[in-house]
Formats: sequence, structure tokens, C-alpha cells
Amino acid sequence: MAEEKKATRKKIQAADRMNKIMADYFYGLNEAATTGKRKVAWCTSVGPAELLQALGFAVHFPENHAAMLGATRMSTDLIPEANAIGYSPDICSYLTADIGAYLKGITPLAKAYPGIQSVPKPDVLVYNTNQCRDVQDWMAWYSKKLGVPSIGVTSPKNVNDVTDAHIDDVTRQIEALIPPLEAIAGVKLDMDRLRETVSLSRECTELWKRVLETSIASPAPLTFFDGTIHMGPAVVLRGTREAIDYYKVLLAELEQRIRDGVGAVDGETSRIYWEGMPVWGRLRQHSELFANLKSTVLASTYCSSWIFPSFSGIDPIRSMAKAYLELFIVRSDRYKEGYIKEMLEKFRIDGIIYHDAKTCPYNSNSRYGLPGRVEEETGVPSLVISGDLNDLRCVSDEQTKTNIEAFIEQIAEGR
Amino acid sequence: MSGPVFVGLDIGSSRTKVAVIDAGRRVLGHAVRKSGTDFSATAAACLDESLEMAGTRRDGIAGAMSTGYGRANVAFVTTQSKTEIGCLSRWGRDRFHEAVTIIDIGGQDNKVIKLDADGRRASFKMNRKCAAGTGAFLEEMSMRLDIPLEAMDGLARQSLEIVKLGSYCTVFSATEVLENIRHGKKVTDIVKGLFYSVVKRVLEMDSHAGRVVMTGGVVAHNPYIVEMAGEMVGRPVVLPDFPQLAGAIGAALYALDETDPTGIRNDIPAGETNG
Repeated sequence: MAEEKKATRKKIQAADRMNKIMADYFYGLNEAATTGKRKVAWCTSVGPAELLQALGFAVHFPENHAAMLGATRMSTDLIPEANAIGYSPDICSYLTADIGAYLKGITPLAKAYPGIQSVPKPDVLVYNTNQCRDVQDWMAWYSKKLGVPSIGVTSPKNVNDVTDAHIDDVTRQIEALIPPLEAIAGVKLDMDRLRETVSLSRECTELWKRVLETSIASPAPLTFFDGTIHMGPAVVLRGTREAIDYYKVLLAELEQRIRDGVGAVDGETSRIYWEGMPVWGRLRQHSELFANLKSTVLASTYCSSWIFPSFSGIDPIRSMAKAYLELFIVRSDRYKEGYIKEMLEKFRIDGIIYHDAKTCPYNSNSRYGLPGRVEEETGVPSLVISGDLNDLRCVSDEQTKTNIEAFIEQIAEGR
Repeated sequence: MSGPVFVGLDIGSSRTKVAVIDAGRRVLGHAVRKSGTDFSATAAACLDESLEMAGTRRDGIAGAMSTGYGRANVAFVTTQSKTEIGCLSRWGRDRFHEAVTIIDIGGQDNKVIKLDADGRRASFKMNRKCAAGTGAFLEEMSMRLDIPLEAMDGLARQSLEIVKLGSYCTVFSATEVLENIRHGKKVTDIVKGLFYSVVKRVLEMDSHAGRVVMTGGVVAHNPYIVEMAGEMVGRPVVLPDFPQLAGAIGAALYALDETDPTGIRNDIPAGETNG
């Protein structure tokens, strides 16, 4: 373990195709915003994107942009800009990084996609607080700054079982969004188009689920770290044919890896589940750390959060409401424990790592005793690491490394 | 000393510790120095000092293992390493044949490690990214109070009335200390309060199953902390021989394991060793 050797990450060949469709997506957004040919909506990651697409909006996802700020390690320098105007370093570092970037007038899109100079100017901001309250505050800041409306869904939280009452509530809220969105879009909602969009979203997320489930195989062909990148189309292009076509290609490649007995990590000796957000600015380091330890982080709550089995073209709005409510982050600890236990069993996990993200309590499930309860019931050892999704000031690389190395040692010695 | 020796090097953030053991797991030599900024040079000096104490030289080393933050900086003697948590566990498994909770207070981090009755590591926790309860906290406070670190244990023992500090932030604690000085509190009582704060911070990290053992430089130099911990846990807490060397001895034991994969030597009862 002492040798600081570097394990190389196995390239997924489909990545080039993904990069192309993501580039097309960002250039399309830029064109919409700069030419005015299409209206632009900003939408939180599990907001009513299907409705916006059916109304013809080009849809920008601020959380995706914030993750790019994290992955490019720009965020830590930008967060203080938002802190200085009153947004605490203790709140969502997606929010503070994104607002900080806006205040500084910079974006990673400009470097990645020549010709794009800024995030697309929105005509409307749409949120769903199923993620957290912060998304509403985030959109509220832009609403005031840019003089555009911010509307959305205020979601029930900590839900045990998703009931008709919950679904009725969110359905009515989504329906209430339609008139103002129609007014901004300048078109009436075409229900057939919405049905088609929701059906495409369903197909996309089913394929994404199959992609993730390839890692049931041993050795696992896909890591969590790959997944955080390849989930891009499922996040920003769900409801489109491009995402579906992409996941068919990716799935075929991963299934071929399984047939060839090729794992994402050479010599896989332990199988790890990641609970919580990635540390975006450390994806490569973490990927290499685990690969050097012959451990595969092969399943996660985070990547699996873009699986929406309830989407249905038959009753699209109600199915959207149900899908947005069934999300892991909306649910109670009782539900989450059951979900994690199923995942540990399904993927034959040797150890689970909980990332306690300083600025994201909603995605940090280690704060109310859950790890201990799950470990007691499953016998699967657990580790909690402190860090953050975007604010690297909250990350101690050496502590993370020592913790993870010691955890993998513990798993090996426990056999 | 003519037989082969096994060396453990624990390159900590604050101190470098080296232990030399023989095939019977007896500690023959040891050394502790400030890690400084040149980990390799410090480790080399510690190594030679401990080998000399053991009556041998570098060519007598049959196996070596490193641990600690600087574990990758000692390639001149070994490229093999284990984590500090692994080494403390290995030491604990050798030393105790029962379920134990090892509480290690280091210069910059604390660890709570639980071993089951078979010596297997059941769980571990490190402190969060904060100096509360670590050696760094006491170093900072000794500067604030303008008293030498080595005087703290004696001062705390003289206290008749503890001054409890409420914050777990080092900076806020320093403010509290100044506030107490301003109000005429005795230094002895404040130092005992600092010790109390350290013990609270480490004890609240986890529950304490089985026998509780404390290791690390802080308890090696301030054994009163172990007595206070015992009072708070409600049963005696063990302060072993060479508490600061526990990780280095664990590393040396791993080095021995590497040359003795059968583990036969591990059958020697713990009581016959010095570690």
C-alpha cells in the first residue's frame, strides 16, 4: 500500500459519444438563449423537466452546472463570492458555487465548449423542493437578480410510503404551473407531446437502471466514479431520444465487458457502496485510490436517484408527481434503510461508505444513526467520511485516504 | 543482539516513532523525535537511534513496515506500509486477548478502534476535520497560557476546582481560557479543564465496549488524562507500556507477520512481551 503507484482508469469507449451529445445539448441551450429561438427554463435536477420539454423550453439544470464547477475545481474559489453577499459557507455549496460563478461572470462551459460565454439566460426558473429547500432559495436569488419568475413545487419531505394524498398534492402543484409556463412559452401544452416526453424519460431511466445493474456482475464493469459522469444524459436529456440511444450504446459496451470478464478495476477484491454525494473535485483521486486498493465502488444511491420507474405516458402528470415523490431523498429513514439494505444485498457489497457532506445535510444520511442500524442488521461494515460535494475547504485528503485505506484493510482482515 | 529484528516506523504529523522488536515480539529499541519538515531524515535518525539501543544495525533488519502520515517517505528502509488504524489494531490484537476499545490521541487526529474478543477490528472512527481533543489543541493552549507542555500534567493534578470549557472549537476555547484568566481562575484549574475537554471530545466519538485502552503521545506525556478518562467511563482505563509507540510496535508486528505468514510466533502469550 505504501507505493504511490497510480492505477489507470479504464476508458469507457462510449464516452466520446456522450461527450458529443452533451456538447450538442450545451450548444443547443446557448443557441436558444442567444438567438431567442426557444425560451429557456432553468430547472432543478428532479424538477418538472418533462413538462418544460413538452412546452418547447430549452432546459438548463443549475445543479449540473454546479457539479461542473466542482469537478473543474473552480468552486472553492467561487463559493466565497456568495458567502460575502450573505450566503453562509454552511449552506449548499452547489448554490454558493453557482451564484459565486455568476457574480464573477465565469463558467466552465466557456472552457469546455468554445463559443459559449455564459450560462443561458433564463426566461423562467422552475424548482422542486423534493431535493431540499436550498433549490428554492437558489432560484429566488436569480429571480431577483435577473427579473424572471421563479415558480415550482413545494414537496412533502421525509415520506414513509408515498400515498395518494401526497401524489394529489404534487399533481395539483404541477398542474398549477402549466398556465404560467404556457404564457411564458407562448404555446398551449400539447398533452400528446407530454405523454411522449414522459414515456421517453421512462425509457431513459429504465436503460440507466440496466446500465447501473451491470455492476451486479463480478468483477463490476462500471464504477460509481464512471457513473457520476455517464449519468449526465439521464440528468439533462431525459425525455429525449438522444439519451436513450446513448444508454443503449453504453449498456452494450458494459455487457460486453461482462462477457469478457473485464472489470472496471483490475483484480477486484472488495465491492463498495457509496452513500451520499461525490466529492466532485476529487473524482479522479478517489477513483485511483480505490483502484490501487483493488476495490470497486460499484453502486450508489446518488447515481440510482435518476431511476424513475413510475413515469408513465398514460397519466403523465400524475406519474411525474409520483416519480418525483418516490425519490430516495424525499423519503424517511425507515424507507432509506430498507432501500440501502436491498442495494447491499443486490450488489453483494462488502462495505458501505457514507459521505457526510458538510454543506448537504439532505444527501448526508449518516447523521441520525442510520449507518449503525444498517450495519447491525446486515453485518456489512460501514465508514463515515467527512467532506463536501463542492467546497474543498471541507475536505481533508489525508484523512479521507487514511480512513478509506483502513476500511479496506478492515474488510480484507475480516474475511 | 545477534538475531534478526523487525522495525516499525510511525511517521506522525507531530512525532516520528520507531520501534525495533525481535522474533519473540519483545521491544528491543525505540526512539521518538519531532517529525519536522524532513520526514525521511527524521525517520533515519530515529531508526539508527533505536537500532543502536537494540544493539544492532540496519543490516540486521529482517523486515520493516511504515505507518502514519509520512509512511510513503521512508523508502530507504521500506516501501511497505499499513494505516495507523491497522497498526494500532495489530498492536492491540497482540497485547490484549479480549474485546478492547483503543483510544489513540495523536498530534492532529484521534482514533477510536474497537477490536472484538478474537482481535478482529470491528470498527474504527477518526475525529472529524477539527483539532478538538488532539495534541494540537493542548499545544495551542500551552502557548496561550505560556506554560511548557510537559508541565501540564503536574499542573492539572494540583487542581482542586475544574474550570470546564464549553466549546469544542480550539479558537473559541482559547477565548474561553482568556475569559477565565480575566476572571481570576487558577491556571491549574484551567489546565484540568483543558484535559477534561480533551477527554470529553475523544470519549464522545464512539461508545466504549470491553476494556478501554489509551495510546498516543498525549497520554504518554499526560497520564492524568487516562485517570480522568477512567473516572468518566466508570472503570479503569489502561495506560499500556510505551503508549506513544503502540502504532510503531504494530507496524513492526506486521513486518514480523510478513516474514512469518503462519503466525506461529503470535502464539507467545502477550504477557511475555514488552509491548
